[in-house]
Amino acid sequence: MNNALDRAGWIFVAIMALAAVLVPVAALGTPEGALVHMPSYLVQLLGKYLCYAILAIALDLVWGYCGILSLGHGAFFALGGYAMGMYLMRQIGARGVYANPLLPDFMVFLNWKALPIAWWGFNSFAYAMLMVVLVPGLLALGFGWFAFRSRVTGVYLSIITQAMTFALFKEFFRNDFGFGGNNGLTDFKDILGFPLQSDAVKAGLFCVTALFVNLSYLVSRAIVRSKYGKALIATRDAESRMRFLGYRVENIKLFAFVVSAVMAGVGGALYVPQVGIINPSEFAPGNSIEAAIWVAVGGRGTLVGAAIGAIAVNFGKTYFTGALPEYWLFALGALFVGVTLFFPAGLMGALSWRWKQRAPKETGT
Amino acid sequence: MSEENARLTSSLLYLDDVQVTFDGYRALRGLSLVLAPGEMRAIIGPNGAGKTTMMDVITGKTRPDVGEVYFEGRHDLTQLDEAEIATLGVGRKFQKPTVFENHTVHDNILLAAKAPRSVRATLRARPTPESGRAIERILERIRLTNVRDWRAGALSHGQKQWLEIGMLLAQDPKLLLVDEPVAGMTDSETAETAAMLKEIAREHSVVVVEHDMAFVRELDVKVTVLHEGAVLAEGSLDQVSADERVVEVYLGR
Repeated sequence: MNNALDRAGWIFVAIMALAAVLVPVAALGTPEGALVHMPSYLVQLLGKYLCYAILAIALDLVWGYCGILSLGHGAFFALGGYAMGMYLMRQIGARGVYANPLLPDFMVFLNWKALPIAWWGFNSFAYAMLMVVLVPGLLALGFGWFAFRSRVTGVYLSIITQAMTFALFKEFFRNDFGFGGNNGLTDFKDILGFPLQSDAVKAGLFCVTALFVNLSYLVSRAIVRSKYGKALIATRDAESRMRFLGYRVENIKLFAFVVSAVMAGVGGALYVPQVGIINPSEFAPGNSIEAAIWVAVGGRGTLVGAAIGAIAVNFGKTYFTGALPEYWLFALGALFVGVTLFFPAGLMGALSWRWKQRAPKETGT
Repeated sequence: MSEENARLTSSLLYLDDVQVTFDGYRALRGLSLVLAPGEMRAIIGPNGAGKTTMMDVITGKTRPDVGEVYFEGRHDLTQLDEAEIATLGVGRKFQKPTVFENHTVHDNILLAAKAPRSVRATLRARPTPESGRAIERILERIRLTNVRDWRAGALSHGQKQWLEIGMLLAQDPKLLLVDEPVAGMTDSETAETAAMLKEIAREHSVVVVEHDMAFVRELDVKVTVLHEGAVLAEGSLDQVSADERVVEVYLGR
C-alpha cells in the first residue's frame, strides 16, 4: 500500500469517525425543519450504505489482495444478517400477531409446536453475536479448505462461490428449512430492549456501523501491511513460486477468506436492524455480483476504494431507482463497462497506478 | 544391494529409475542420478530430453509413476508436496524469471528469506536489524542494492534473473535447482551470472540445467547429458563432448 493511498485511507477513517458523531447529532440534536437536521430515513439509508461498505472491504481483502474473486460474499453477509434477525425475532416475544411467547409468528402459522434446535439460544444477544461470527466463518473455513486444497482457482472458483450462494438462496426459500421461507424474518420490535423504531436507536445503529466500517478498514489494513499481507499479494501474483518457497498457499488463502467472511457477516448483522428485514433474496447471486462491481469501481486492492465504491454506487442506485427506475440496471452495466475500459484500477486504483509509474524514477540511479 | 544403500545414504539427491508418463508420452524413462553433498552439476540435453520434468519430480510438482527419489538419503520426495520439499531445503529457479512483480526488490528477498512460513508467524513478523542486514548482504551479492525500493516488475530481464537467484540465496536451500539461468541474457550478464552461481556453489549444492555450452564450459563442473528421459553420458564437458552418442544426439548425424 503506497503513501497516497494510505493517506486517502486515513482521511476516510477520519470522515467515518466524524460521521459517527455528527450524524446522530444532526438527527437528534437539531429541531425538525432546521437546515442541518437529518431525517431518520436518511440516517437509515446512510447506515445501509455503510453496511455495504463493510461487505466491500471484506470482498476487497480476498479479491484485491489474493485474487480470489468471490461471487458468493453476499451469502456470508446474509448469514450474519439471519443470525441477527433470529435474535430480533426472539425479542418480539409475545408481541407477535399470534402472541406466542416462544415461537415466532411464521412457526405458529406453519403449525409448529416447538422451537427448532437451530433457533435455541438466539434469545441471548451474546449467543446471537457469536453466531454472526461463527456461521459465516465456519462456512468459509469448510468451503475454502476444500476449494484451496483442491487448487481450484480463477473463474472456476468464482463459479463455485456463486453456486454456494445460489444453493443457500434456494434452501432459505423453503418453509421447512425453518428460517421464515420466502418472507424471511421481519416485524422486529427492539434490540437489547431499545425500540428499533425510535430515532435514537436508528442514530445509535448508524454510529456503531460507522465504527465497524473503521474497524474493518483498520483490521484489513493491518493484515495487508504485515508480512502475511505481502505473502498474500505474492500468492495472488505467483502462486507456484510461493509453493516452491515453502509457503502453504492454501492456508494463506484460507485465513484471508475466513477473516473476510466474518467481516461480511458482521456487515450483514448491522444491516438487518437498520432495514428491518432479512429474506432469502439477500442470497441472490446478483447481490454478490453487485458487490464485486462496487469493489471494481472503487478500485480493488485499495480497501478504502472498495468502501467508497460501495457507498458511491449505492448512492447512485438510490437516486436512479427513484428517478429512472427502469434504467438502473443499464446504468450499472454501463458504469461497470466504463470503469473497466477507462479506469481498470478503479477510482482509488488510479492513485496507486501513478505511484507505480513514478517509483523507479524517484529512487533509480 | 549394500553398495547401492551406501550410495543412497551418502547422497544429497538420489534418483533411481524414475519414470514419468504424460498422456502416453514417456517424459522420463528410467532416469537415475546421484548428487553428492556440496556438488555442482550441469545437466544438458536437447529439447524434450526431460530436464524440466526432472526438476518437477524433484520439487514435488510431478509425481513419478515408478522410481525412487530421495533427499539427503532419507526424505522420500515422492511422498511430499512442493511446500514440504521447499522446507526441507530444495530451492528452484524457473526458466522464465518469476519474481513478485508488485513487490519491491527488498520485499521479494524478505518473502524468500529463511523464516517461519505459517500464517501466524507471518502475521506477527517484525523486521529485525539482523534480518535487515542479511537482506542487504544478499542485495549486495546480486548487485541490486541501488534498486532495492523499485518494484520488481520494473527490473530488466537480467536483473529479474539475479533477483530470483537472490531469493534462492535468501531461502538458503541445501540444494538449488536452476533452470536455464542465462536464457535471454547478454554476454556480459551471462558471465556475471556464471560468477554468481560459482559463488553460490561454494556453500550450496547446485544443479544447473542449461543449453548454452559456453556457459557450461565457464561453470567447469561435472556434466550429465540427458536424452529421451534417461542419462546418456556423465563426466567432464570434454569427456562427454568426445562421446560419440552425445555428438550424435546433438548433431544428429
